[in-house]
Amino acid sequence: MSFSTTLTVNGVSRTLALDDPRVTLLDLLRERLDLTGSKKGCDRGQCGACTVLVDGRRINSCLALAISHDGADILTIEGVAHGEQLHPVQAAFIAHDGLQCGFCTPGQIMSAIGLIQEGQTGHDPERVREGMSGNLCRCGAYSGITAAVLEAQLSFEETERKQVA
Amino acid sequence: MNRFDYIRPATVSEAVAAASVPGSAYLAAGTNLIDLMKGGVVRPERLVDVSHLPGLDGIEHFPDGGLRIGALVRNADLAHDADFAARFPAVAEALLSGASPQLRNAATVGGNLLQRTRCAYFYDVASACNKRTPGAGCDARGGQTRLQAVLGWSEACIATHPSDFCVPLVALDAIVEIEGRSGRRDVPLESFYRLPGDTPERESVLEAGELILAVRLPGTAAAFAGHARYLKVRDRTSYAFAIVSAAAALQIESGRILQARLALGGVALKPWRTRAAEDSMAGEITGPDTFRRAADIALADAQPSGDNAFKIELARRIVVRALSQAAVGTPKRMPALPASPFAAVSGAITYV
Repeated sequence: MSFSTTLTVNGVSRTLALDDPRVTLLDLLRERLDLTGSKKGCDRGQCGACTVLVDGRRINSCLALAISHDGADILTIEGVAHGEQLHPVQAAFIAHDGLQCGFCTPGQIMSAIGLIQEGQTGHDPERVREGMSGNLCRCGAYSGITAAVLEAQLSFEETERKQVA
Repeated sequence: MNRFDYIRPATVSEAVAAASVPGSAYLAAGTNLIDLMKGGVVRPERLVDVSHLPGLDGIEHFPDGGLRIGALVRNADLAHDADFAARFPAVAEALLSGASPQLRNAATVGGNLLQRTRCAYFYDVASACNKRTPGAGCDARGGQTRLQAVLGWSEACIATHPSDFCVPLVALDAIVEIEGRSGRRDVPLESFYRLPGDTPERESVLEAGELILAVRLPGTAAAFAGHARYLKVRDRTSYAFAIVSAAAALQIESGRILQARLALGGVALKPWRTRAAEDSMAGEITGPDTFRRAADIALADAQPSGDNAFKIELARRIVVRALSQAAVGTPKRMPALPASPFAAVSGAITYV
């Protein structure tokens, strides 16, 4: 059986033929579209390294069947910067040393972008930590990650205020 | 993962017809199913993808305060629905204490009800498991039993039901709407799950092809909104399954309990409602004597299924603490660490 699926990935519409329904969204991104920023850590929904935004929501792409997401709008780490200009969350991770080896970082950043959009944390570090609990970091850069998310959140609010003014 | 046929029905009746064929499984978000398939724990021959079915992703509010939650509503969307969380705060707290934000963004209400046990012997295909292979035996017996059941278990199976969501749901008289080949039926969540007995492979009352359409909560359940908590003891503060959990909900007038609701999680193969303990609190004043008596009644029939007798005392204490925190009152805002028994709460609780 052959399937066709159409996805918008980082703003570009892609139609792909799938010869097997087992292909996960993560494998599709990495193996078929050469978007290897999303990482395969545990491949079982436990580590968060594969986090991408699907229709604006952060999910584990390793547990999502690509065929089931026909028509979805996908944002991966490759699509968040504007040319040379880093996304504010990327910049905050660098500024606060929110990483060491970097393997979990694409997932952390996509999760942080999703978290900020969800708007549930306020400026409470405890809520940020809880909200980032689906992303493991074996290097233990958690304190830098929390600081980066808090600062990125502030920078977004600043941007919104400027837009309002 | 085994090969499978993929079917995407356009209507509920098409889905039911497709899934009635032996070897079929429904696919919604797949957060549990795909994980199980990757491990070879389940091997369906065909997946019937219901995630695109129309009309199952809404939350309907009724004038009497009750509501109907479509089976495809995502866990996160339900927990963050302000009207829902205001009427059923313990359910929202339970939802937010489960899994991770990414999983809650994907996982559906219907899928949550049907998630499989997290028993390590069920997951490990090299272990004997009566649930996976009927008649194979149970390697959990005499194995690592720390997280296994202390209520309602059998020689054939000592696994527990993993859902947090279902614990306050069962306490609040939730009804499951089901559609099958012979039409539509309603089943109280309390009688939706089967205890293991000699047939642990039969986990619910669902017949082949039957599909969950919605979960309803009655308006009477919203009367507990002022005094409702879900508490969960787990190995990590977040992103971990319950060792023991409790949903407690009270209606209080002048310090006396009019009605109480109590259910336990992590102790049995179903969310464990305990009506005798609820009844023992009616008409009593709130406080440690009432709550300890209720906890003793709730755990009266508990038996360790191995080296897990500690869970019985832990369950008693979490019952007392959940009831005590419910009596203090539902927090104005969702706690930063939902369902954590260690989080600071308003009001003094000095006796647990």
